[in-house]
Amino acid sequence: MPAAMRGIPAASPSAPRALSFDQRLAAGLFALLAFLPLLSRSIASSYLLLVGERAVIFAIAALSLELLIGAGGLVSFGHAAFLGIGAYAAGIVASHGLGTLCIALPAALTASAVFALATGAIAVRTRGVYFIMITLAFAQMAFFIATSLAPYGGDDGLSWPTRTMVLGRHILKDQLTFFYVCLALLIATYLGVGRLIASRFGRVLRGLKDNETRMQAIGFTPYLYRLTAYVIAGTLCGLAGFLLGNQAEFVSPAYMHWQRSGELIIMVLLGGTGTLYGPMLGALAFLLLEEALSRLTEHWKVILGPALVLTALFASGGIAGAIAACRRRREAAARAPLTLPRLVRHLLGAGLERSRSCRRAGRRLFLRPAHLCKRVAEKARAACAPAKMALGRGRQALASLAERGLKTTVERWWRR
Amino acid sequence: MSASLFVVQLFNGLQLGILLFLVAAGLTLVFGVMDFINLAHGVQYMLGAYLAVMAYGFTGTFFLSVLLALLASLLFGLLLELLVFRHLYGRDHLEQVLATFGIIMLLNQGVKLLWGAAPLNMPIPDLLSGSVPLMDGLRYPVYRFAIIATGVLVAAGLYLFVTSTRVGMLVRAGATNAAMVSALGVDIKRLFTVVFGFGAMLAGFAGVMVAPILSVEPGMGDQILILAFVVIVIGGIGSIRGAFLAAVLVGVIDTLGRSFMTDVLRFVLAPTTARVIGPALASMSIYLLMAVVLAIRPAGLFPAKGRA
Amino acid sequence: MKRAVLKLEALSKSFGALRVAEAIGLEVLAGETHAIIGPNGAGKTSLINQISGALAPDRGRIVFEDRDVTRMSVAARAHLGFARSFQITQVLPHFSALENVALAVQARSGSSFRFWQAAAGEAALNRAAVRSLDSVELAARADTPAGALSHGEKRRLEIAIALAQAPKLLLLDEPMAGAGIEETQRLVATLKTLKGRCTILLVEHDMQAVFALADRISVLVAGRIIASGEPQAVRANPTVRAAYLGEAT
Repeated sequence: MPAAMRGIPAASPSAPRALSFDQRLAAGLFALLAFLPLLSRSIASSYLLLVGERAVIFAIAALSLELLIGAGGLVSFGHAAFLGIGAYAAGIVASHGLGTLCIALPAALTASAVFALATGAIAVRTRGVYFIMITLAFAQMAFFIATSLAPYGGDDGLSWPTRTMVLGRHILKDQLTFFYVCLALLIATYLGVGRLIASRFGRVLRGLKDNETRMQAIGFTPYLYRLTAYVIAGTLCGLAGFLLGNQAEFVSPAYMHWQRSGELIIMVLLGGTGTLYGPMLGALAFLLLEEALSRLTEHWKVILGPALVLTALFASGGIAGAIAACRRRREAAARAPLTLPRLVRHLLGAGLERSRSCRRAGRRLFLRPAHLCKRVAEKARAACAPAKMALGRGRQALASLAERGLKTTVERWWRR
Repeated sequence: MSASLFVVQLFNGLQLGILLFLVAAGLTLVFGVMDFINLAHGVQYMLGAYLAVMAYGFTGTFFLSVLLALLASLLFGLLLELLVFRHLYGRDHLEQVLATFGIIMLLNQGVKLLWGAAPLNMPIPDLLSGSVPLMDGLRYPVYRFAIIATGVLVAAGLYLFVTSTRVGMLVRAGATNAAMVSALGVDIKRLFTVVFGFGAMLAGFAGVMVAPILSVEPGMGDQILILAFVVIVIGGIGSIRGAFLAAVLVGVIDTLGRSFMTDVLRFVLAPTTARVIGPALASMSIYLLMAVVLAIRPAGLFPAKGRA
Repeated sequence: MKRAVLKLEALSKSFGALRVAEAIGLEVLAGETHAIIGPNGAGKTSLINQISGALAPDRGRIVFEDRDVTRMSVAARAHLGFARSFQITQVLPHFSALENVALAVQARSGSSFRFWQAAAGEAALNRAAVRSLDSVELAARADTPAGALSHGEKRRLEIAIALAQAPKLLLLDEPMAGAGIEETQRLVATLKTLKGRCTILLVEHDMQAVFALADRISVLVAGRIIASGEPQAVRANPTVRAAYLGEAT
C-alpha cells in the first residue's frame, strides 16, 4: 500500500517558517546586532547604540504585528496604541515610585492585554476595511485618553524618573545591559512567535486567512482564534512599549498616533510579510532610512514617500520578497538566455572540457574557430530574439502611424 | 450653555458634516467601485486648499480662484490615478495602504517645501462676507451658510447624477459588483478614471471652500481623512446616501460634543472630573458612535453591496 | 425501518420576491444516498446552504438525529457530524493537500488552542490525513500546494477533507461539476465505496451519476419538492418529466 511506504513528512511547504534559509538569515541578523555595541564603541558613537536599541524594540513590535497581518490576515491600523499603553502603564507606575520590574512589567502587559481583549472583542467581529477602521478608532480613543491625562503630562507627555529597576538595582541604566536585554527579548519573541505560527493554533489562524468558508465547514469558529491572536499580539506590542518607554525614559500620546500605526505596518510590509525575518529587517531598514535620510535633508519624507510608493508598485513582497525572488532566479539560472559574461564562462568551460576529453583520448586539441564562431552566433541569435521582437513591434507602430496618422494611432492605443 | 450657542454649534456641525460628505463621497465611491483604500484622499483635500490660496495669489478674485483650483484638483487627481493608483486596482489592500501612505508623506512634505510650514490664509470674498441674523440676538456668518448651501446643492446634484444618469447607474452597479459590470462589457478602466477624478475633485472642492475660514497648513488633510473614513464606515461603503447621513451625523455629534460634553457631564459628575473627562470623551464620541454602529450593523448603515 | 438522520420540516426561505424554498419537507435515512435533482435555479444550492448552516431559513426546522439544529452555526454543525463539499471548490490554496486534510482531522482531535508543538509534525494527524487522501487516490500529491492542483484533483481533495471529518452526514454540492468523464467515473467509484457506511445528501445534475449512486431521489423545482422516492419511480413520474422537458411532452 502506497500510504504505508510513504514517509510522513515532518514539515510541509505551507509552513515557510520551517525553512532553514529564513532561520539562517535571522540568526545572521541577531549575530550582527550582537556586535553592534562593539561597533558603536569602536567608532566612539553611543548614538549608534541608541538607534540599535530602537531598531530592536520596533522589531519586537513589528513581529507582533506580523502575527496579525501575516498569519491572521488582520490588518490592524491601531497597533501603536499598545506601544503607548505599555509605556504609559510602566511610566505611571514609575512616577508613583513603584518602578520595579515585578510591578512595572506586569502592569504594562496586563494593561495591553486588557485593552486588546476589550477592543478585540468588538473589532474581530468585523473584516477587511471595517477591521482597519475600527482598530484605528480604538487607537484614536487611547490617544485622546492619554492627552487628557493631565496628572501624567497630558499632551506634553510623561517623563520617567528612572528606568525600571530590577531587584532594587538600576541594572537597565547601563546602555550595554539594556541593549542586550532588548536583544534577548527580541530573540525570545522571534522563537516564540515562530513556534506559535507553526503550532495547531497558528495553523488554524493561517487557515482562516486562506479560506474562512472551508475552515468553518470543518468546524473552526473564526472569532475565538482571531481574538486570541489579537490579545497575544497586543500584549507582545505592550512589551515593546514597555521597552520603548524605558529606552527614552519618556512617554507621550504621540506614541499612539495613527501615523505611528501606519509606520508599523510599513515596517512589516517593507521587510516582507509572510516571513519572520522580514518584519525585523523592515523595522531595522525603516529606522536606519529615517536616520540616514534625516541627516541628508530636513525634508527627508519627500524621498521616503516615493520610495514607499515604488516599493508598493514593484517590490510588494518587501525585502524578503526580493530575497526570495533572487533565490528563485538563481535556481532558474540554467534556463536563462546567455549574456556575454556567461557566454565567456560557458565557452571557457566548454573549452576546458574538450581539452580534458581530448587529452584523455590522446588526441591533440583543435580550437576550431569556425566551430566556435558558429556556437557563439547561435547563442547570440537566441539572446537577441526578444530584442528583435520588440524592434518588430516598434516598426509596426511606426508604419501604422505613417499610414493612419497620429490621431487614429493614439485612439487605438487609448482604446487598448 | 445657551440656546443661541446651541443653534450656532448645530449649524457649525451641519457645515462640518457637509464638508465631510464632500470628502467622504469620493472616498466611498472609490472604495465601493474599485475596492481601493485611498488614504491619500485627505491630501487631495489639502491640495485643494493650497491651490485655492495659490490661485488667489495670482488672480486676486475669489470665484476665479475657486474655478482654477477645482480644475487643478481634478487634473492632479487624474495624474495621481494615471501614475500610481491605476496600477494598484485589484491588488492587496496592504499594498494600497503602503502606496497611499507614501503619497501622504510625499505631499505633506512637498507642500511644506513649496509653501513653507506656516499656515496660509485667504480672505472671504466681499459677496459672502458678513453675517445674517438667525434668531434674536444671533447672527451667523454668510460664508458658512454658503458652504452649507453649496454642499447641499452638490449632494443633491450627485444624488441625481448617480440615480438618474447612465454613468451614474454604471457607478452604482460598479459599487455593487464591479466584476459583473466589467463582464457586461463596460469599459471598466474609463469608469474607474471617471469615478476617481470626480472623487478627487469633490475633495479638492471641500478644501477650496474651507480655505478662507480655516488655516491652510501641512497635515490639515489628516484629521479630515480619519473623519471621512469613520463616515464611510458608519454610512456603509459604496453608498452616497449613507455617506450623506453619516457625514451630517458625525459632523453634528463631533461639534456639539466638543462644545457641550463637559457641561453635560457636569450634571452627573463632579466639575473637576467632568473637566478632565469631558474633552477626551468629546474627541472620542464619533469613534464610540462608529463602534456602536459596527457592533449592530457590521457593514454600516446602508452598505451598497447589499445584505445576504 | 431505518431512522431518519436528517429531517427538514416546512423549510422556507425567500430573497425579497424570490422564493428559493417553499415549505420543503425531506427525510434522509441513515446510511442512504439521497440525491436532490432539479432544473437550474430550483434552489438546490440554497437548500444545501440552509442544511449546512451557511444560510438561515425564514421558517421551518432542520432536525439532525432528533436535535434541532436550525439556529446552529456552520462550525457547530460540523462538530455534530456535518461535512460538506462546495459547488465552487473551497480548499486552502496555500496549504499542501496533506495539511488541508490534516486540518480537518485536527478539528475533531482535541483542542486547537495549543501554542507550542509544531502541528505539521503531529504523526497521528498526518496518518489519518494520508489515509483519507489514499481513499481518493491523491496520496501522491500530498505535498503539492492545493492551489496548484488540477480542477479534478481539487474536487477529490474536497471529498478527502469531508471524509477526514468522519461525518455522519455528507453534503455534496454538485461534486461532478466541471469534471471530465474519467474524473466523474473516479468520483462515482469513490462514492460507491461509501454507500451504506455514510449518509449522503447529493445535489447533482449528472443523471448517470445520480442513478448510479442514489437510493432515493427528491426533485426540487422552483423551491418545492415535487417528487420523492425510488429512482425508477421518479424517472417515470410525469410531473418530473414535465419539469425537466417542458410541458410540451
